[in-house]
This record gives sequence, C-alpha cells and structure tokens, in this order.
Amino acid sequence: MIERGHHDLGGLPADKIERTEHDYPQWERRVDAMVQLLRSGKKITVDELRKNIEALPPAAYDQLSYYEKWVSSLTQTLIQRGIITTEELGRKMEEVERRVR
Amino acid sequence: MSEQGTYKPYAYYELMETSLRELLVEKGIITNEQVNAEVAAMRARTPERGARVVARAWVDAAYKKRLLANGTAACEELGLEIPGLHLVVVENTPQVHNAIVCTLCSCYPRVLLGIPPDWYKSRNYRSRMVREPRAVLAEFGLRIPEAVQIRVHDSTADMRYLVLPMRPQGTEGWSEERLASIVTRDCMIGVAVPAVALG
Repeated sequence: MIERGHHDLGGLPADKIERTEHDYPQWERRVDAMVQLLRSGKKITVDELRKNIEALPPAAYDQLSYYEKWVSSLTQTLIQRGIITTEELGRKMEEVERRVR
Repeated sequence: MSEQGTYKPYAYYELMETSLRELLVEKGIITNEQVNAEVAAMRARTPERGARVVARAWVDAAYKKRLLANGTAACEELGLEIPGLHLVVVENTPQVHNAIVCTLCSCYPRVLLGIPPDWYKSRNYRSRMVREPRAVLAEFGLRIPEAVQIRVHDSTADMRYLVLPMRPQGTEGWSEERLASIVTRDCMIGVAVPAVALG
C-alpha cells in the first residue's frame, strides 16, 4: 500500500474550522500573478508546482502560509527548469536585501 | 525534519518574491507591466462573476440546462473565459445539497469566485469536509435536514466545481441583477444558501 502523502488530508481527523480570511498583500498577489503568467507562457506547468509544494518537508508544509509555499515551489520549479540558478537567486536576494534594509 | 518553528519570518518570502521577479524581468521572461496587469485582472475576478452565472440560470431554464451540461461553455457565453479548465456546475435541489472542497491543495473556481478564502485552504476544512460535511456545514451556520443528501465534490487542478444554489422563495419577479445580489461566494461553495431579507 502506498503511504499517504503529507498533503493528502481528505478524511483525516481535524479541529474546528477557523473561518479566517485576510486581504492578500501585494507581494502575495504578485506571486500568484507570476505563476499565472509563467503558466500561460508555457514556462512551467501546474503539475510541477503541485509536485514541488507536496515535496516540501512536512514541518514547512504545515508552517508556511499559502503564498510562502507557492513562492518556494515556484522558485524550485524555475531552478529545476534551468530558467534560474540557485547562485543567481542568492546573489539577487542579497542585492535586494541590501537595497531595502 | 523534526524541529519546529525554525523557518525564517514572513519577510524572507517577500524578499524571495521581489528577487525572483527582478531576475525574471532581467532575463526578459516577464515584465513588471505584465505582472501588474495580471494582479489587476485577478482583482477584477470576484464572486459577482459567479453570481451572474447563477442568476442567469435562475431566470433562463434553457441556459441552466446548458450550464449543467457544460459549465465551461455556458460561462463563455456570458463572456467569462475559463481557459483550459473543465467547470462542473452542481445543482442544489430539495433532495440534494452540494458543497466543494479541494482535499489535496486549493483548487477552486477562481475565474468565477476570485482567490479562495483562507479557511477553504485550511487543513481543518480540507480534512473534515469529506468525512463529516453535515457537522462542518452546521459550524458554518447551515443546518441541512437529515432527509437531504449532501454531496461533496473534491476539486482537481483540471476540474473545478461551482454550486448552483436553489432560488429562494420570495424572489418572484426579481431582475437578474437583484437576484445576483443575494448569491454570495459561500453559496457557490455550498457552505451557505441564498437568503432573502424579510420585510
């Protein structure tokens, strides 16, 4: 029997549903927008994104917010596709961090 | 990975977004204008779109038939493009109440309802909705009589569901626009039903 994936939640015992909603900040909306653009531009597929979300370590899967998971998965997908490299992203993150701090 | 709570704070992922976007712009893969346009388009996708579809189905029996037969095509009739997705519209009746969920992730009829609310993507909703829907709906304040069957539809990346609620009594003669005003997002997820204010 195949073990149930960590993301496969259907039917598991769980608590009361907290009916939370929040207004999505701009950066989360831009993550969503990038995903849609890259999908419609055939640079990535929805299945890759799902696979990379499902491949997150269980602790990360549980703790990261929705768009934190999305941006992690998108990054992973673009690296796997060879569209960006880890080094490029690392350099860029340092550059942006210096700029915004 | 046994340790908990060691992940970097929120700001880290915002930094990741900015960096990723700048990198993709530098490489000529996307432009900031495209990203901004996509964000604006997404903001324009609100549950009013789904409500338009429901109201049309309530006033036009032939349209309702087409909607239930092929949701994607019937939405396109109203100018609502649903690219690459199979939209299945499920109709509430006096015998059957429908509700939607995505147990594996967060699939949702975004084209018609916008970005899903947090609770729709929550562990608790995803886990319990398929096991004890009657109890979950009661938590949402919706008590479904025992005699009414509940059907829960588990969405996928390629197949999305929309609930067609029952038109409430007391709405005879209403315009399509007025009808649409009582169709909320939650009614189309199936965790609420349209209500007509008394008096």
